[in-house]
Formats: sequence, structure tokens, C-alpha cells
Amino acid sequence: MESIKAIIEALILASEAPLGLDKICTVLPQVEKSELKEILAALVAEYKERAGGICLEEVAGGFQFRTRPELGQWVKKLKGMKPASLSAAAMETLAIVAYRQPIVKSEIESIRGVDAGHALKVLMEKKLLRIVGRKDVPGRPIIYGTTKKFLEVFGLKDLSELPTLRELKELNEPAENVVPVEADEGAVTDEPAEELPGS
Amino acid sequence: MNEEQTTDYAIKLDIFEGPLDLLLYLIKKNEIDIYNIPVALITEQYLQYLKMIKSLNLDLAGEYLVMASTLIHIKSRMLLPEPEEPEEEEEDPRAELVRQLLEYKAFKEAAANLSQRPILERDVFTRAALLPEETEKAPSDEEELVEVSIFELIEAFHRLVTRLDKKELMEIDLEKMSVTDIINEILDRLSSEKNVTFDELLGEIKSRRRIVYTFLALLELIKLRMVKVYQATAFGVIRIFPAVEMEA
Repeated sequence: MESIKAIIEALILASEAPLGLDKICTVLPQVEKSELKEILAALVAEYKERAGGICLEEVAGGFQFRTRPELGQWVKKLKGMKPASLSAAAMETLAIVAYRQPIVKSEIESIRGVDAGHALKVLMEKKLLRIVGRKDVPGRPIIYGTTKKFLEVFGLKDLSELPTLRELKELNEPAENVVPVEADEGAVTDEPAEELPGS
Repeated sequence: MNEEQTTDYAIKLDIFEGPLDLLLYLIKKNEIDIYNIPVALITEQYLQYLKMIKSLNLDLAGEYLVMASTLIHIKSRMLLPEPEEPEEEEEDPRAELVRQLLEYKAFKEAAANLSQRPILERDVFTRAALLPEETEKAPSDEEELVEVSIFELIEAFHRLVTRLDKKELMEIDLEKMSVTDIINEILDRLSSEKNVTFDELLGEIKSRRRIVYTFLALLELIKLRMVKVYQATAFGVIRIFPAVEMEA
């Protein structure tokens, strides 16, 4: 058990991206998944108890070593970086997409009351948003969703970890009329997912 | 920039968060119950703001005007007498706007909550950090966070303009001044004093021209991300800091 824990610790450290349970399984096929889960939980608890400069966090469906949030100012000094901050417009747009995805531009704009083009462009460039398809209505507007990087940047395990939205009574519309897009570039397939209603 | 150009100086500002944001700001400022908005009062204040924004020569987005007409429409509907026998349950004319405001407010709060999370490369760091070219590129295509809302800046500006001695406005101002000069002046002061308040920047000479130019200079500096503007409490003193530590 101890050695497996050490192996997992090494795997997480050596991994560039958050290391998922499935990946650990492929390296350690002889160990039961449930046992791996337990060991991971113990490892997370160990780091928590130690309360040092390193945290073991579960983000974007994997495990990753991160510096403790309170120590950010020191690490920043070391790296000499400007804090990467988003404008209020971009943050609001990001929040709307995160909670309401899949969503098209016009829906974002009706919530914020202003044009969302620039904010969407910035968020796409930062790879926090991606194109998930096109809505099969006239104009075939682009449907946006959040990326895995969004989860990583904001330290979320998955989208369900987003805090509940206050005053949100309306139900999210089901993801209907979505033409799936394979790549991130937004290449559109020609065959429509469904016939246009009433055409 | 020569003298002629400065007189019709127009700035396009992206930091305006839109008409809903302005309405929420007015509601908060007047301590109004969002479910029972006094439409006449809010419409009047809203239009006053549009006037102020226009007087600054700022580009006014069309959405602001749409909201103005919506407000006036609601106001007029509220003035209509209620039908004696209502055929069906009449909805409050304000209902749709309130729903929109609440929804926007919820997302504004959600955005604030997201910003408070430990953010990668801001609060927390991983061993395998982002590729260098990505971090280097980052500052160029993002806007700086402005800690004071643009409405508060406009308000400070408006307070000063209204405080002006009317007589002084009659004087012909021959003082040679340009926004560029004021920008340099602000930067000079910031390098020696670390931070200044909006009032201090104006100094003794509070002519309308001086105030307008200082305000425009400040907006320009914010846009160029050369200064940061903070306010400790709502409607408190607005303090200007250099965005980066400058060498004295």
C-alpha cells in the first residue's frame, strides 16, 4: 500500500496535466480502482494535514500538485508575472456560458444587455471557451461551451462543482439542435442534425 | 496631438458594462427594492446619466438608448388607469425588466464568485506552468481590472462640475492645455507621490476645462493600463495608483 501511494505521488508530480484516475489505472492495472481512489484520498489528506506550500487538488477530472493559494504573492514575485486578469465583461460572459452552456451569442447578449462579441473573442483566445457546435436555426449561430482549461484555471473538479446560481429559476434549455463539431476549430459538418421546423 | 484635436476628443470605452449594469448601480445607490422600482425616479436618473456620458463625448452604445426607451415605455404604462374589469391578470409593466435585472445580477455575482476562486497563474501555480510564450502573450490581449466602476468616476466628475462657481464659467480660458499635458502631469505626480486622489489631481485651479481634461486624461490612462483606480468605500475618495511601480 505504501509503495503504491509513492508511485501515485510520483505519477502526479511527473504529469503535465491533471492526472486522471483512468491514467493511473493503466499504469497500475493490478490495483483495484476502488483501492486507488482510497489511496488518492489518503494522499490528498496527507498534504492537507501537512499544510505546507504544496496542495494536492482534484481539478478538471484529475489530480494535480498546486501551490497553496495564500502563497500566490511569493510565487508571483519569483515568476515576475503580471496577474492574468479578465475584464468584468469577460468574467460575466464566462459565468453565463459556464452556467447556461450550451449557449449562443444572442442568448448571452440578452442576459448582459450588451454586445458579447469582444468578450467571447477574448475568452476563446484564452481557451476558456470553445465551440461545441452550431444551432440549427437560421444563421446557424455558433454554440459555445467551457473548456477543460476553464476547469483547470478556476480549480474546479467538474462543472457540477460550480456554486449554485442565486435566483436561477429558469431551467436550462436542453441541448437540442446541436450539430456536433469534432475539432475545436469550429469546422461545421454539412449534414443538419434535424430539419428546420416549419421550412 | 495638437490643440485642435483635443477639443473634440472622443473616447470609446469598453469598460461600460451596459444599461443593466447602470440600472443596478442606480438601484443600489438609491437603496431601492428591486421588486418595487420607482420607475419615474429611475428613468430620470438614468437619462441624467446618459446626458453626462454624452457631455463627455463618450461613444454611447445603442443598447443604452434602447433601455431608455424601454424605461419610458414602462413609465407611461404605469400611468395608465387600471381597467375596471380586468379581462385577465394584468402583469406589472415592470415584471419583464425586473426579471432581466435579477438574472443579470445573479450572473454578475456568479462572475464575482468565480474571480474569487484561487485562479491558476494568479493565486495558485503548478509545477508544469503554462508555456512561456503563452504567459508572455497574455497581458497584451486582456483588459485591466478597474476597481472603480466607470459610473462612479463619472459621478465624481459630475460632482466637481456642479460644484463649479458659475461666474468662473464666463471667463475666457486662454490657458494652453492638452490632454497629453495632463497625462504627463498625472504620471509625474504618481512617480513622486505614489498615489493621488482625483481631487488632488485637479489642484487649485478647478476650471471646467481643467476638470474635463483631467477626467479624459484619467480615462485614457486607465485604457492604457498605466494607472489603477481604487475606492475604499462606496462614494468615497477615488485614489489613483500607478499600475506598475515606477522608478522615481
